[in-house]
Amino acid sequence: MTMAEQLEFDPPYLHPDYTSTVLRAPGQAPVRVPAEWFHHTAGPAYGRVAVGPNDHDLTRQHAGEPLGERIIVTGRVLDSDGSPVRHTLVEVWQANAAGRYIDPRDDHPAPLDPNFTGAGRCLTDAEGNYRFVTVKPGAYPWRNHRNAWRPAHIHFSVFGPELSSRVITQMYFPGDPLFAFDPILGSISDPRGRDLLVARFDLDTTEPEWALGYRWDIVLRGRNATAAEA
Amino acid sequence: MGLPPTPSQTVGPFFAFALPFAGDHAAVEPDAPGAVRIEGQLLDGAGAPVPDGLLEAWQGDQFARSRTDPEGVFHFVVRKPAAGPDGRAPHLEVTVFARGLLRHLRTRLYFPDEEEANAADPVLRLVPAERRHTLIARDDAGVLRFDIRLQGEDETVFLSL
Repeated sequence: MTMAEQLEFDPPYLHPDYTSTVLRAPGQAPVRVPAEWFHHTAGPAYGRVAVGPNDHDLTRQHAGEPLGERIIVTGRVLDSDGSPVRHTLVEVWQANAAGRYIDPRDDHPAPLDPNFTGAGRCLTDAEGNYRFVTVKPGAYPWRNHRNAWRPAHIHFSVFGPELSSRVITQMYFPGDPLFAFDPILGSISDPRGRDLLVARFDLDTTEPEWALGYRWDIVLRGRNATAAEA
Repeated sequence: MGLPPTPSQTVGPFFAFALPFAGDHAAVEPDAPGAVRIEGQLLDGAGAPVPDGLLEAWQGDQFARSRTDPEGVFHFVVRKPAAGPDGRAPHLEVTVFARGLLRHLRTRLYFPDEEEANAADPVLRLVPAERRHTLIARDDAGVLRFDIRLQGEDETVFLSL
């Protein structure tokens, strides 16, 4: 087993179809640092602010309930040899059901929802599980090119046990017709890599008379597998 | 074979309501012993400020997060770390997220008053000599300046594993 056989699907920095990359992608190759130099470089697994018991429920942050399709998004955070990543901070944020972010810079003329902020946090449990309750975000236009629309997505930020495991990414919903037109998801050239960002609908996670369930596992870059192969 | 890591996607422009938290930029109190203030500007390939960036600084038990302001300025307050084993000079790990960065960037901040330790640091020694200055903060009347240039002239050195 060599390192080269580990499949990696990260997008490039420069992907001109996503126009914001053109002036922000570094022109020089990164300086490669031997991975073993980062042994024992522990990252901040928790961030710094204690996670509240209801921070995972984006539908209960206001006096009333938000509009939209109530969903449960759950899964496991794993390292690359499949071991759970325990007690690590997962942060999520998203647009509301109409496709509007509460961020003041979002000027898409879709309504804000007074009962929805769109931000949540949780810690993974001892088996690496995370779970959020929210509403399905809407698609929204974004001016990258003519008639550009982002497929519905939830942003995820995960810390993991060490510096190299840190990742920020986006989770998509299965079957979205906008996938083929989105240069952000499309920046990942290999369809197997794009598939890793798409949740699956799960009837077992779905709760009768209450909410649709989606499952999505997150695999962090892990030192364990690399060390075992070396 | 190991499971493939979940690919990265951009933090996007609309995270300011979600990721910042009270006091996030200060890993220690500003008047704590050994506290240093770091200020920098995040700049794109045209030299324009990046007003929607998110930076994180880590070292040991210290973690700080700073969103850039409309001028692309970020700031941290941290305790200057000690030198590490194997001749490692004191440094902070710095991570950069932004709209237009499909993956985050990693770099390091080294301290200007550690000339000898910096000269011996194994990571700095991997960096071509003419680019090392991009990783060393400048002392500006007690504040450490650390600008990050994503692209072009004096582009900051970024690191990968």
